[in-house]
Amino acid sequence: MSSKVPISHLRELESESIFVIREVVAQFENPVMLFSGGKDSIVMYHLARKAFYPAKVPFPLMHIDTGHNFQETLDFRDWLVKETGAQLIVRYVQDSIDKGRVVEETGYNASRNKLQTVTLLDAIEELKVDCAMGGGRRDEEKARAKERFFSHRDEFGQWDPKNQRPELWNLFNGKKNLGEHFRVFPISNWTEMDVWQYILLENIALPSLYFSHEREVFERDGVLYAKTSFLKMKETEVAEKRIVRFRTIGDATCTGAIESRATSVEDIIREVAATRITERGGRADDKRSEAAMEDRKIEGYF
Amino acid sequence: METVNTERSYLDMELLRFTTAGSVDDGKSTLIGRLLYDSKAIFQDQLEAIERASIKKGEEHINLALLTDGLRAEREQGITIDVAYRYFHTPKRKFIIADTPGHIQYTRNMVTGASTANAAIILVDARNGVIEQTIRHAYIASLLRIPHVIVCVNKMDLVEFKQEVFDAIQARFLEFSTHLDLHDVRFIPISALLGDNVVERSKNMEWYQGPTLMYLLENLYISNDYNQLDARFPVQYVIRPQSNEFHDYRGYAGRMASGSFRVGDRVKVLPSGFTTNIKGIDFWTDHLDSITAPQSGTILLEDDLDVSRGCMIIPADNGIKQGQDIELMICWLNEKNMIVGSKYALKHTTNDLRCMIKEVKYKVNINTLEKDYEDKTIRLNDIACITIRTTKPLFYDSYRQNRITGSLILVDEGTNITVGAGMIL
Repeated sequence: MSSKVPISHLRELESESIFVIREVVAQFENPVMLFSGGKDSIVMYHLARKAFYPAKVPFPLMHIDTGHNFQETLDFRDWLVKETGAQLIVRYVQDSIDKGRVVEETGYNASRNKLQTVTLLDAIEELKVDCAMGGGRRDEEKARAKERFFSHRDEFGQWDPKNQRPELWNLFNGKKNLGEHFRVFPISNWTEMDVWQYILLENIALPSLYFSHEREVFERDGVLYAKTSFLKMKETEVAEKRIVRFRTIGDATCTGAIESRATSVEDIIREVAATRITERGGRADDKRSEAAMEDRKIEGYF
Repeated sequence: METVNTERSYLDMELLRFTTAGSVDDGKSTLIGRLLYDSKAIFQDQLEAIERASIKKGEEHINLALLTDGLRAEREQGITIDVAYRYFHTPKRKFIIADTPGHIQYTRNMVTGASTANAAIILVDARNGVIEQTIRHAYIASLLRIPHVIVCVNKMDLVEFKQEVFDAIQARFLEFSTHLDLHDVRFIPISALLGDNVVERSKNMEWYQGPTLMYLLENLYISNDYNQLDARFPVQYVIRPQSNEFHDYRGYAGRMASGSFRVGDRVKVLPSGFTTNIKGIDFWTDHLDSITAPQSGTILLEDDLDVSRGCMIIPADNGIKQGQDIELMICWLNEKNMIVGSKYALKHTTNDLRCMIKEVKYKVNINTLEKDYEDKTIRLNDIACITIRTTKPLFYDSYRQNRITGSLILVDEGTNITVGAGMIL
């Protein structure tokens, strides 16, 4: 037969990610898939369903709940779990605060984003998780650009960026000692555009926050924040109703909205193609310093 | 704003993975910065961030290298430590760059970046010509069998865009590369700093009639890069839903390493050697007629055979090599020397086994391409021809024939670290 039909780059990325997810199940005993309710974890979970169909996805989803989520994200999560018969594990940052494992940040820019690392590492230890899959992409941030598909974490859950295992061909080395674990990033090679195009191609459902809607927002350091009970406004800051959507979905305290009229995935793709600011440009957690992501990743962040 | 037209074509784009190799100060970062910038893959906030950092460091121009230096130590020392992956696309293709540092101590990173590449860009400084590092980069491209090599003679602006300089470098490269296994080598005179022949055709080098770098990257014929002839399907995982609806379903999940299969094909399952027919090829809810590398899918067989992870499905009438004594080229990736007589864990396709290093035949001096039969100590970044004995038979092709079924890695059993990259001869 003629086998010279090239496959499209989206199908090649899909095939690569499915290969990685299947390797995780074959190489680890107790993997979980981190699920935030954002588009990257939704796409990753969709790939997992494709990887094992007609069998069920052979690992649970794990959500580290900061307690500062948008309600729409939680509603969507619960709908998806019910719709697809997923197993869901939730661990709460609030519990880590109550136990005295972490201390809540104070001030106007207080966020629980950094605190989740402790909750995550505690959950990994409690549940004896040996591999946590995450929806991180190399195009998101420059420290992530050096991340492996299979990323080793020592017994403290730490990443050693200067001493990463070489990763060649499609041979993934998940060998480890007791107490250590791996983070695996199946969609490492996808860009923001790839994710959106794939959502369109596969008709994947998303939380309503991604699409244009009216919301009370206020501006701080050039970022539009949703007015919520989680984020303390300064006296000088004024909330007003605007037509916005979110490019990424994280904690309500550090995720910026953009003004947009995009009501469909096609609209969003057009917007992404034209935009000149990276996705994480609206993320206050990355603006803290030039090496903000590297520091958080070393400690064991997602 | 881009049109709906580009958006549609985006769904049909091909993927090209390439690696870039150059010595320190060859202008590699500038070239990558130029490709990213001219294809609009650099965003406003990224540009502003490196502008701020360049000013802070007291530099005259915006330092595009800062875009590719991801780790703090790299920024502080102004060097690249690790392989960094970059992404950009044009309306024709999506590109993944494995950006690897060029210093000698980072051969292992170059090998890593090369292992998945369709193409390699080798940068040569027009003022310096072919130097030891050029030979090293070309050797690695040849060893790792990168299908296409593009030699960019950079900094042409500093040699007054002279054709003689370019011609001499091309001749010198072709002279030494006759000792190598390169099949598709192209030469382009460029100035990454000024943009000549990168995306835009140079007005300073009318004598050059060939394509620009971007045109070449967009149009290299890559459909033949995968081995088309020998169908190989390493079984990754067995799918058994054990539900009422799919009670007897038993599918073999994996990714086609090379070639293709069709429903009805007569196949052989290794290591048992039993033959059967392909009953179905599933992907998600679709039943496919065929599966082609590099697609992932699930194969169903007509007969109930004992098939598990590590098995390989091949055509019934197609041979594959098998054996326990394997000769291979190894690139050593670890600070701890390789020890002859020692045992290592070995990963090959979806197989996990062990092996013992039997003999070092020779070491390659990658700066002169000479074989060294005397010094048999294998250190970090060394490349050598060795023989190993595996604990059970390996089913393989030579790396020349097949980059997936011909490659393996060695893992230190004490530290679990990947220490060797092997290409079977």
